[in-house]
Amino acid sequence: MASPRDAAPPWTGPYRSYDLVKELAICIAVVAALATLLTILFSSPDEKPSTIASWARSQPNDFLTTATAELDGSSDTAGYGPPYNHAATGQVIGPLHLQSWLGVSHPVSTAVDYVLAPLATIPNDPALRAALARYVAAPAAQRSAWTDAYAKSIGRAGGSSGAGPVAPMMTSLLGLAQSGGLDGALLTSRHFYQTDYTKPLLFLADGSLLSDRAQAQHLLGDQWGMMNETGSYPGQVWLWLYTFWYQIKPFSTSDNADALVWALMMLLSVAFVCIPFIPGVRSIPRWIPLHRLIWREHYRAQAGRAS
Amino acid sequence: MSVHDASRERSWTARLRARAERALPPEQLLPDRQPAYVASWIYVFGALTIAALVAIVASGLILGLKGPAWWHVTAIGRFFNGIHLWSVEIFFFTMVVHLWGKFFMGAWRGGRSLTWVAGAVTFLIAIAAAFTGYLSQQNFDAQWISTQAKDGLNSVGIGAFFNVTNFGQMYTFHVILLPLAVVLLTAWHVLLVRRHGVVPPYVRSAAAARGEEHA
Repeated sequence: MASPRDAAPPWTGPYRSYDLVKELAICIAVVAALATLLTILFSSPDEKPSTIASWARSQPNDFLTTATAELDGSSDTAGYGPPYNHAATGQVIGPLHLQSWLGVSHPVSTAVDYVLAPLATIPNDPALRAALARYVAAPAAQRSAWTDAYAKSIGRAGGSSGAGPVAPMMTSLLGLAQSGGLDGALLTSRHFYQTDYTKPLLFLADGSLLSDRAQAQHLLGDQWGMMNETGSYPGQVWLWLYTFWYQIKPFSTSDNADALVWALMMLLSVAFVCIPFIPGVRSIPRWIPLHRLIWREHYRAQAGRAS
Repeated sequence: MSVHDASRERSWTARLRARAERALPPEQLLPDRQPAYVASWIYVFGALTIAALVAIVASGLILGLKGPAWWHVTAIGRFFNGIHLWSVEIFFFTMVVHLWGKFFMGAWRGGRSLTWVAGAVTFLIAIAAAFTGYLSQQNFDAQWISTQAKDGLNSVGIGAFFNVTNFGQMYTFHVILLPLAVVLLTAWHVLLVRRHGVVPPYVRSAAAARGEEHA
């Protein structure tokens, strides 16, 4: 039950003239003028998106390393778990396995989606066809030995001995990516019209290009990235509390950081909505009497009448 | 009672109108006077928040009518994107000031709890609306935010049905579902304010009031 001192009996005192419609009209004019002024002065940020083609051209070794990791199942996406695959159980909140309970809703098979299927679309290349057939028919241990050998050879002079069919496969994949064909292949693999960028975005995120650009723009997680914007523009500053938790322990060092931060923020959000019903919290405004400043004229008039 | 009157009494339309008029008479819905204590700049921030919402919806309508790629390739599109962005920044600034003001007024007192709840839920839904806007930009920022935010949403299972890397889904949420929710919640919040009135000041004892006056 609320304290009697929190009571708000119906107002029986004097009234004053107040034009709500005029106030709103003036506010709309002020906001429109301010937004227009800020737009004229600062415009809005628009950093061009990265493409797989631009990544393969600017960082070919990183592209090849990432594609090899997708092929042998060692990339972040390959080992992610739900909702993309069954490679891991995902994060947990105590006994709650929320990440795995809803299953794999956006299936991604990194080897097939990012390497084997795109390569199969390249026409008139018998050598590539033979390399693909050899790779697919080989036992898992042999494939792993080839991808290991190839990964070690990336960026080194002297070829890729021991990489078997993986070397010509990756050379073809790099060519496909640099020509822009892989961007298209990942988007139109199911049908012509497409708005789901899950596959190309996960592939890009497994590489270094996005994070390199993000670091330069102060957008990384340990740079309070979620609330920042490219350039010097204000971003989603209202996410400061969500971002804050990632900067401190135990969240900053936990494997379950995302789940824990989300659980905490959901709890705090419910508490925020329920402030009127939480004893103690609902009395804070009485204990920290900023209301005396807001209603100073009212209290002054009240004191005048009392004396 | 005439047949006509009996028919009117049974009419759903007439009963709804009567109920609406009882709950919120016109002079209470659009009053031209307020209690004398409504005399502070803090009261303007609620109206400023609604004004910013009007600017957001208006600029968003123009951007939406021209399609998501328009603002990247035309100067006029970039201008309206700027209006949209800065209106959002103003919206959150004024809403947070309004929120803190209402918190320190204890604005939930006197049977006004639901007014606070409606406003707080509006704030949370507005955050989601802005977030999907950032995901719908079709630029590097959208790429980075989506690939980072997916981990938090996936970790609690939300990613299974709310896929931040699916532009089509995020765009639908941003231009229809979440703005509609924000506008409807704002309308509900304002109607509750009108129905229950602006919260009166904390009651102070006469002795405390005299003490402050003489201090």
